[in-house]
Amino acid sequence: MSSLLEVAGVSVTFDGFRAINDLSFEIGRAELRAIIGPNGAGKTTFMDIVTGKTRPDEGRVDYGEPPRSLLRMSESEIARAGIGRKFQRPTVFEQQSVRDNLMMALKNDRSPFGVMAWRAARTDIDKVADLAEEVGLADHLDRPAGELAHGQKQWLEIGMLLAQDPRLLLVDEPAAGMTLGEREHTTELLKRAAETRAVVVVEHDMEFVRRLGCKVTVLHEGSVLAEGSLDHVTANQDVIDVYLGR
Amino acid sequence: MIERTFLLRHPSVMVFIALLALFTVGATILSEGFGVGLISTSFVKTLGKTLCLCLIAIAMDLVWGYCGILSLGHFAFFGLGGYMIGMWLMYERTKSIVVEQLGAAQLPPTPEEVREAIGSQIFGVVGGSEIPAIWMFADSLIIQIALVVLVPGLLALVFGWLAFRSRVTGVYLSILTQAMTLALSLYLFQNDSGLRGNNGLSGLQNIPGAENLSQDVISVWFLWASAFALGAGYLFAAWMVSGKFGNVVRGIRDDEARVRFLGYNVEAYKLVVFTVTAVIAGIAGALYYPQAGIINPAEIAPIASIYLAVWVAIGGRGRLYGAVIGAALVSLVSTWFTSGQVPDIPLGFYTIEWVDWWLVLLGFGFVLVTLFAPQGLGGLVDALVRNRQAIAAPPPTPAKSAEKASEAA
Repeated sequence: MSSLLEVAGVSVTFDGFRAINDLSFEIGRAELRAIIGPNGAGKTTFMDIVTGKTRPDEGRVDYGEPPRSLLRMSESEIARAGIGRKFQRPTVFEQQSVRDNLMMALKNDRSPFGVMAWRAARTDIDKVADLAEEVGLADHLDRPAGELAHGQKQWLEIGMLLAQDPRLLLVDEPAAGMTLGEREHTTELLKRAAETRAVVVVEHDMEFVRRLGCKVTVLHEGSVLAEGSLDHVTANQDVIDVYLGR
Repeated sequence: MIERTFLLRHPSVMVFIALLALFTVGATILSEGFGVGLISTSFVKTLGKTLCLCLIAIAMDLVWGYCGILSLGHFAFFGLGGYMIGMWLMYERTKSIVVEQLGAAQLPPTPEEVREAIGSQIFGVVGGSEIPAIWMFADSLIIQIALVVLVPGLLALVFGWLAFRSRVTGVYLSILTQAMTLALSLYLFQNDSGLRGNNGLSGLQNIPGAENLSQDVISVWFLWASAFALGAGYLFAAWMVSGKFGNVVRGIRDDEARVRFLGYNVEAYKLVVFTVTAVIAGIAGALYYPQAGIINPAEIAPIASIYLAVWVAIGGRGRLYGAVIGAALVSLVSTWFTSGQVPDIPLGFYTIEWVDWWLVLLGFGFVLVTLFAPQGLGGLVDALVRNRQAIAAPPPTPAKSAEKASEAA
């Protein structure tokens, strides 16, 4: 198998409600994938499972080479293993500067005492400058992140994800609340990131998904309804029923 | 950016150390022990104790203001530090008295007799004469000093490990820390706790081996020791929060889950901060109680730790000098009001006695600060500095800061 992440037969129940129902999903090493689905389809729960926030009742979640189970790892261990996550609402550390936000995300020793003694080396400063350049925030390094515009915060968060140098990126609604120009930039960032790693984008906005031009997985009631190109899945009668019917 | 040393990058630390040195030297010159005798020895002790309270306020600021853990139990660690050093002070002092008394007898006393005499001297008040096992190292200053660090540190480590591992946060954690300090205080109130129940440890102002020195001199020694500890604690705390560790810890305060998804083990960070601050609190307590002269379980009552939170809130969370300002101001004013020096106000039908009414005043002050200076008094200092800087130099434009960034890189 050449897949980076393999989710097989996973189910989760919250107070009797089956949020994820026998879900199986696979993604390759360098692949861009969009996940779409109506509200309550289990998109966010899926991300929670992969990042260790939610433990499934049954099923397997294997990651990496050789594959190892993520189910026994804590959130921070999973993050250190190379899975990065961007939340729907931009969550950056508003009181800290853009530079400090990126520095904190930079792949380095994460143990408390290691971090206490750590001071930025020239390579770290260069890396942060490069990242800021890439996400378009080079002019804002010294500003508190809280002062940034909504779209800039989203980019900062993507920059922080890239700083972690993850092998798998989970991105929740990156284009929400963005202007057209900002969307184009975001699309570029994600496409470029997917050249060297796996990127999973959860999105509501079909136009944005079309722009990404990648394979699409449609979730419905906690399991995969259809998979394939956007044109393929939008032609699927089940998908049409779910989105337009009822 | 990297070439500049820590102190140069943090001028406020240097200002603080300089002010502290000035204060200590000034108080020494005015003291009865070494100077012109303008301030009384008991006031020198009050000043020394205030410095210790500033030190524990720094610990509280680290754990609450920076890391967002509202611990309402740090006075337990402070008290434990006091008890640990108090055991040595009381034991050695009693021993020297006992040896002197028994020396008057014709036969030299056996070690057995000395032990028994010490036991009945110290524990007679709680109806015992056996020296409890926890006093086994009380004759060793080195070991008791080690215990000043180890006992609060270990308690914090175990308590914190259990609490943080279960992801107890927010108000639930605050309640848990209150329960911890209450339980400890209730336990120490018992006569068979081995620490003299509600009598506590007393006579701590008498330093064994320094019998020839008057309190005038000893008080100044302790003032210097407290000032040194405060300075070192301030430097350490400022160093700890200056780098990425400080950023991670502030991140935990603002958004714990996000820090976790960045790959940091949030629980380990909290445990480090909680334990380190408990140790700082223990050291502060070990310096405080020899100046107070007495420690008893009432000192670790839950209310003490709540006051600590009030000092830090009034002084300003998340800035170390804020904690120092809050602790120094509130505790000194409190000493003044409760000392009976402030004249009562007779209203005819009612007399305002400040010993009681001071708390109302404090509560009112707390409300005022919360409403009008939510950043605390330290926040006012910040605003003042910012204003002066803004007048001195216009804010940098984005282009300029970008230049700076490329210079740094």
